[in-house]
Amino acid sequence: MINLTIVRLTLRGLFGRRRFLLLLPLPALIVGLALLAESLGATPPDWGQPVLVGLGFAAVLPVLALIVGASVLGSEIDDGTAVHLLAKPLPRREIVLSKLLVAFVVTAVVVGAGMLLAGLIAGSAELALGLLAGTAVGALAYTALFLALSLLTRRPVLVGLAYILVWEGLLTNLLTGTRVLSIQQYAISVADRVSGTDLFTGALSPQVSLLMAAGVAVVATALAVDRLRSFALTGDTS
Amino acid sequence: MTTVELSGVSRWYGNVVAVNDVTMSLGPGVTGLLGPNGAGKTTLLHMMAGFLAPSRGTVTVDGAPVWRHPAIYRTLGLITEREAVPGFLTGAEFVLSSARLHKLPDPVAAARQAVEMVDLGDAQHRRVGTYSKGMKQRIRVAAALVHDPAVLLLDEPFNGMDPRQRLHMMEVLHQLGETGRTVLFSSHILEEVAQLSGTVQVIVAGRLAASGDYRTIRRLMTHRPHVFTIHSSDDRRLAVALLAKEPVVGVELDPAAGLTVRTSDYGTFTRALPAVAVAERIRVTRVLPADESLESVFSYLVAS
Repeated sequence: MINLTIVRLTLRGLFGRRRFLLLLPLPALIVGLALLAESLGATPPDWGQPVLVGLGFAAVLPVLALIVGASVLGSEIDDGTAVHLLAKPLPRREIVLSKLLVAFVVTAVVVGAGMLLAGLIAGSAELALGLLAGTAVGALAYTALFLALSLLTRRPVLVGLAYILVWEGLLTNLLTGTRVLSIQQYAISVADRVSGTDLFTGALSPQVSLLMAAGVAVVATALAVDRLRSFALTGDTS
Repeated sequence: MTTVELSGVSRWYGNVVAVNDVTMSLGPGVTGLLGPNGAGKTTLLHMMAGFLAPSRGTVTVDGAPVWRHPAIYRTLGLITEREAVPGFLTGAEFVLSSARLHKLPDPVAAARQAVEMVDLGDAQHRRVGTYSKGMKQRIRVAAALVHDPAVLLLDEPFNGMDPRQRLHMMEVLHQLGETGRTVLFSSHILEEVAQLSGTVQVIVAGRLAASGDYRTIRRLMTHRPHVFTIHSSDDRRLAVALLAKEPVVGVELDPAAGLTVRTSDYGTFTRALPAVAVAERIRVTRVLPADESLESVFSYLVAS
């Protein structure tokens, strides 16, 4: 199911890109702001919601997942190196799952580390653990969605940003019914339930969140696999 | 022995027909896919390689369809024209990753052998990003050959190679053909095809224009009518004198453009022209072959 050669190649490609390395400080921002707030005498109930949810779950997690998810396969298709991988007798499922594993682990580890530290700064190991769990759930659904987008559209980053900003940022705040279709809400709800915190409240039950996150990941991955099976080389037709 | 079969294959993009009802069969040996730029060679190769669905018709390798069938890459090696090589890998790593992705029993030995085959042993531990265009092309050949495929498809493989590299690549392909592999390479350069392969498939405007032994097609090409534009001190008298000669099949006088002469035999005509001019005491100031472009050769083949 998972191909270690693909995993290795993807990791090297990912960390060899400046665009990606520039994003690494993003989770540090969460930690920095938490430290700053604490040093200024603010208490976790003051800074918890804006830093952990407003910055962490609503911005850093989806943006990092977007860049990673859309580039693990998308950038190879853009620069033409994907043929090297696709002209091999590998089931397309194996390619997509290996790429998804890398995107998920990288996103969960990088963002999760920031969230974990921020939780510890707030003085609660349960909160830290909850934030990590929420990040992991969100990372899986987000990266699967954005990986699929990189195969379904030529402008995955644009479409992904529209989803993050318009759907999750705007519509779910205006129309509460749409929250059941928001990955951000799955992450927040799981974090809320695991930590038992009162710093923020999830809008969905943890069962629904987990089920929906898993559903998004499975459907997006199935779409990506099917799309990759029909991958066509375009370009000049000389 | 592996055969690639195309049966009634067409591919269109909207209203544009890129490949039109092509039927061909490729067997062991080197075959050249010849055609002018934009003829549909790349589209055809992509369909043979399973990277494009035919709009109509079927492409099979030993009876198995190639579209949506990745297992075919066990018997098929592919070098596309524009495929890039990950610049962060060394040449050796690139070929080794190819061997590993093929899940070969001994990837290290297979990679070493493939790198030696393209003569890149000295540069194999340098990053591919530092390679010249010709070296990149060769390392791609090594990666495509690492699993010893029965069928090798190459799109414009000689692009960007210097003459020495070109010669070496020709030897490699020739050797592969000799040992029973089915090798197909595309080119828009007649001489490349002539040097490398006995069998050619000529494709023009998406259609298979000629197919078979290169020498037969060459003969067709040499015996096609040639058109010359001539300027002289007396076009009218020269026209009359030339009409009396066997290979000339038509003349046309145009005061502005000069004399246009159609001949059925290039060699005989070019020998006869100076003799006629001397005998008639006419000074010829300019002789221009009017239809020597490859495209005109191809369109003649389509029409014939």
